[in-house]
Amino acid sequence: MSLTTAHSVVAPSSNAKLIAGTIIIAYALISIVPLLWIFATSFKTPPDSIAYPPKIVFQPSIEGYCNLFTTRTRQTPEYINSLGPATGFCDETVRKRNMVIAGPSNFLPRFVNSLIIAFGSTFCAVFLGTLSAYGFSRFQVPLADDLLFFILSTRFMPPIAVAIPIYLMYRELGLSDTALGMILLYTAVNVSLAVWLLKGFIDEIPREYEEAAMIDGYTRLQAFWRTVLPQATTGIAATAIFCLIFAWNEYAFAALLTSGSAQTAPPFIPTIIGEGGQDWPAVAAGTTIFLVPILVFTILLRKQLLRGITFGAVRK
Amino acid sequence: MLDRTADNVARATPEPLARKIRGISDKGLAWLFISPTILLLLAVNIFPLFWAIYLSFTNYRANRPNEVVKNLGLANYQRILGDQDIWIAMQTTAHFVFWTILLQTVIGFTLAWLIDRKFRGHAFWTTIILVPMMLSPAVVGNFWRFLYEPQIGLFSYVVSFVTGIPPTNVQMLSNVELAPWAIIIVDTWMWTPYVMLICLAGLRSIPEYIYEAAEVDRASNWRQFWSITLPMALPFIMLAVLFRGIENFKMFDMVNLLTGGGPGSTTEVASITLKRQAFESWRTGYSSAFAIILFVAVFGLANIYVKALNKVKQR
Repeated sequence: MSLTTAHSVVAPSSNAKLIAGTIIIAYALISIVPLLWIFATSFKTPPDSIAYPPKIVFQPSIEGYCNLFTTRTRQTPEYINSLGPATGFCDETVRKRNMVIAGPSNFLPRFVNSLIIAFGSTFCAVFLGTLSAYGFSRFQVPLADDLLFFILSTRFMPPIAVAIPIYLMYRELGLSDTALGMILLYTAVNVSLAVWLLKGFIDEIPREYEEAAMIDGYTRLQAFWRTVLPQATTGIAATAIFCLIFAWNEYAFAALLTSGSAQTAPPFIPTIIGEGGQDWPAVAAGTTIFLVPILVFTILLRKQLLRGITFGAVRK
Repeated sequence: MLDRTADNVARATPEPLARKIRGISDKGLAWLFISPTILLLLAVNIFPLFWAIYLSFTNYRANRPNEVVKNLGLANYQRILGDQDIWIAMQTTAHFVFWTILLQTVIGFTLAWLIDRKFRGHAFWTTIILVPMMLSPAVVGNFWRFLYEPQIGLFSYVVSFVTGIPPTNVQMLSNVELAPWAIIIVDTWMWTPYVMLICLAGLRSIPEYIYEAAEVDRASNWRQFWSITLPMALPFIMLAVLFRGIENFKMFDMVNLLTGGGPGSTTEVASITLKRQAFESWRTGYSSAFAIILFVAVFGLANIYVKALNKVKQR
């Protein structure tokens, strides 16, 4: 036995490993190119971004970020010369293009909307999901399987199909284009994921802990609070990140149900235009800022990723 | 050790007594915990669904809320099933779903199989490969428009560099032949890692002793692959295919931003048609009927999915 583990007959040969490694690394590098290109474009000037052939080496500039956060108006050189000295790098760059900064753009408020709606809906979904998951995990709920399927099935509706009646309902209730409306909707979509994932995590916590706690005089509620919740922390955190990523990335509902004050970043970023078409460096800058939190979360989550994307069906 | 003692004590405690000291009854607590979720889903998902069913029998238009609503019976459904454009949209969707699933499954499984050779640094490169699928399809899809730009776009440049086609002629998004493939490429780029990750779990679930036994029986590598690897990973592959199938059937965001259904209606998948009917032509009743038809289709898929899911779980 020890012999077979030490010199496993089925372990891949070093040649096979070399070939496999080369192909995987090549695929990884190619698949990451579009993302690197987004990052690079965000540091190009608008003329550099549309150069032919596409520029790989270029003078980095934060003009894209300047354009992302401001709106600008074109002015005559005489007018610009009559102004005082430029107040900052952005001001200076913009003036070189015969423009002056007119005010802040909508990006920051849209980004803040994304934060509020994503965190708000995640909190609600995880809160409701933890309670339901515990209920399904520990108690004999009549029709439990049907209820769980019902909860999951709501996730399979095409978003546009859901959006039609939601649009009408929100119009009646005055929830159109409000953060509250979006939080409610995202909570409803995410709660299915939260229940399914958390049920898996809570199922893995031995019941004996709570039972012991209850023998010690805790009520069921106290046992839930003091023994189950602390042990489910990892699961709750992973679930929360998955909900957060969904709400952060969501586009269809946001594009159809918000237009102004509650609009999130995903429907906003594609509308960033400069003079004569899309301002690609600014779009790239917005995309970069938008993607960075998700990259961080992906790395944090990599061990739980599989579980999250399969609604807890596959566990490692 | 301690747990075991507690367990024994718990078992020895008479049930009614135990219940009395818990305060609120378990049954009450169960409903207290579950009902908020159910109520939320009833309000935000089920109530609108029934509203949509009602609307699907009417000629209601959301942009004319004061007009008298007429009951049309099944007329909307009849018109949809006889509508040429709807059938073309369904074909476009089928084409999109078929090719994306095929490519993602083949590439995803191959990648998983290669990663399972456990070469040095495989964990790091796996994480790199996984990144695209976590990103917003809308935001990243939007950026692909830039990569696809003729001449200045990186993708078009590379294609023309490799094939020698003049760079202005590589028009991925405005060419009727190429546009459907443009969205298939982005979807495959984005979601192959998803299939890969699930396949990898499947491959890792195969115990090593089976391969050892096959080796003892002098089964060829080819034979081992077809008789052990593939059959044992199959439930996982199916799970990935079903998930991607459902997701791509309702695909909206990426296509809406890349092509908006164009040029013409060559990339108009079902969700885009639905959006055009509901939020551009404002045929609310008609589009509700189409939404219900789509929902029934997805619900059928979901049913199959849950059965497959339970099978995978039982292993």
